Amino acid sequence: MITSIRGGNLLSLNNVSKEAILEVLDTAESFVEVNKRTIKKVPALKGRVVASLFFEESTRTRLSFETAAKRLSADVLSLAVASSSVKKGESLRDTIATIDALGIDAVVMRHQSSGAALQVSKYVPHVHVLNAGDGQHQHPTQGLLDAFTVRQVLAERRGTSGLESGAELFQGLRVLIVGDIRHSRVARSDIAAYAALGAEVRIAAPGTLLPSSLEGWPVTVVDDFDEALAWADVVGLLRLQKERGTGSFVPGLGEFTQSYGLTLSRQKLLKPSALIMHPGPMNRGVEIDSRVADSSQAIIERQVANGVPVRMAALYLTIAGSSEGSDND
Amino acid sequence: MSSTNERQTPNGGLTFFAKSQLLSADDVARGLKRMAHEIVERNESLDDVVIIGLQTGGKPFAEKIVELLRDISKSEVPLGMLDVSFYRDDLSLHPVAKSAQTIIDEDLTGKTVILVDDVLYTGRTIRASFNALSDYGRPNAIQLCVMVDRGHRELPIRPDFVGKNLPTSEAEAIVANLEGVWIGEKK
Repeated sequence: MITSIRGGNLLSLNNVSKEAILEVLDTAESFVEVNKRTIKKVPALKGRVVASLFFEESTRTRLSFETAAKRLSADVLSLAVASSSVKKGESLRDTIATIDALGIDAVVMRHQSSGAALQVSKYVPHVHVLNAGDGQHQHPTQGLLDAFTVRQVLAERRGTSGLESGAELFQGLRVLIVGDIRHSRVARSDIAAYAALGAEVRIAAPGTLLPSSLEGWPVTVVDDFDEALAWADVVGLLRLQKERGTGSFVPGLGEFTQSYGLTLSRQKLLKPSALIMHPGPMNRGVEIDSRVADSSQAIIERQVANGVPVRMAALYLTIAGSSEGSDND
Repeated sequence: MSSTNERQTPNGGLTFFAKSQLLSADDVARGLKRMAHEIVERNESLDDVVIIGLQTGGKPFAEKIVELLRDISKSEVPLGMLDVSFYRDDLSLHPVAKSAQTIIDEDLTGKTVILVDDVLYTGRTIRASFNALSDYGRPNAIQLCVMVDRGHRELPIRPDFVGKNLPTSEAEAIVANLEGVWIGEKK
């Protein structure tokens, strides 16, 4: 069990303790303040170098990681994979070795293969590795920012702050995750984060979009989606991943929307206080109706906005945090 | 503190073992009152003064100073809090301090900032706070008010208002709050 990500890597949220997750969320609260200032920059990682390697396309994760690194005053080396030697057939190991030779402190990596981030952490053990999504495995910063966003919204409603509330707001919180669980790294990270913080997690999906085995997953599968909607405090939707061949797992997109899409009529089944989340990018009209996505129950834009402070916290704790105990007078 | 001589330090997670109490709560209150009077004496007007407490040890002292200034001069001096965790120059030497909220609601340009902290030691926290403050504007002046100055400065920094000068050895630790000042060791 990882009890803190200080001085380490962030590869997965499996086996990460509640304390370690709270440490990231609490640190991110401080960075929210930095992001509201006129001068949105602190010198915490001055002179450190963060390499950003995206072997798979991304808008928000890449932009928010790079923004986060820059706001911590780190230098960012950004590899445009499409125009790099990767296209000439260079192996992952050689690409990493080349970048490492330039002198880097951390790698932020997205890759289409599950386990790629772990592999890289073994190639360059002296470099901090932050997984920005690996295949169908994990997307830890998304899990963290989703938990952060839920805590922020619920704390605001109670007139308190996320920092003060700790993990209390997650006790018994009912989270329903819907859609393409099978191919989703976001679902895996979200489930790990919510479960570690004390929430009750249920999942809803057509049988073909459930993982082949749910052994060890801290979830229950929902039989009746409509009933589960009335039960939930938080509904986390997932994108149907056409690039991972999801299309062939459902009879048709329309059929999926009919049975598992969050349509206007299904939104009415939700508690008025329930929150609707989506990691983006959305397939409007498929897993979520456009009007639902733009309704006041949806906190999708806040998820995006929180990407920067949460990723600042992840970079700061892994790169600047030494694990040895010491005084800090 | 009254019932036990052990306490958790707010940042390091280390336990402080008190050996003896150097100042009582009354001593601390008197020191604060004197410093508040000195602040009024030193600054012609309090109109442009902003009190900023350094998280987390300086917070109660800063709040108290604002209260005292209200009594003395009948004017309401704005209060802010500053956390310098992200501005420290010793991140590679020390573990990341648990960060606390920074609350500075106004542009500090043209203001006289009075930084308030519990204990002045190496001066590195104060140096970091200068960098941090510059991100909130360009103050006309920065003054420093500390409850305890324990010596061992590593930088050319000198406080303007001091509650008590306490010569210490580097092996010792000091804890100061509104209930008193203790000397002991951290383990």
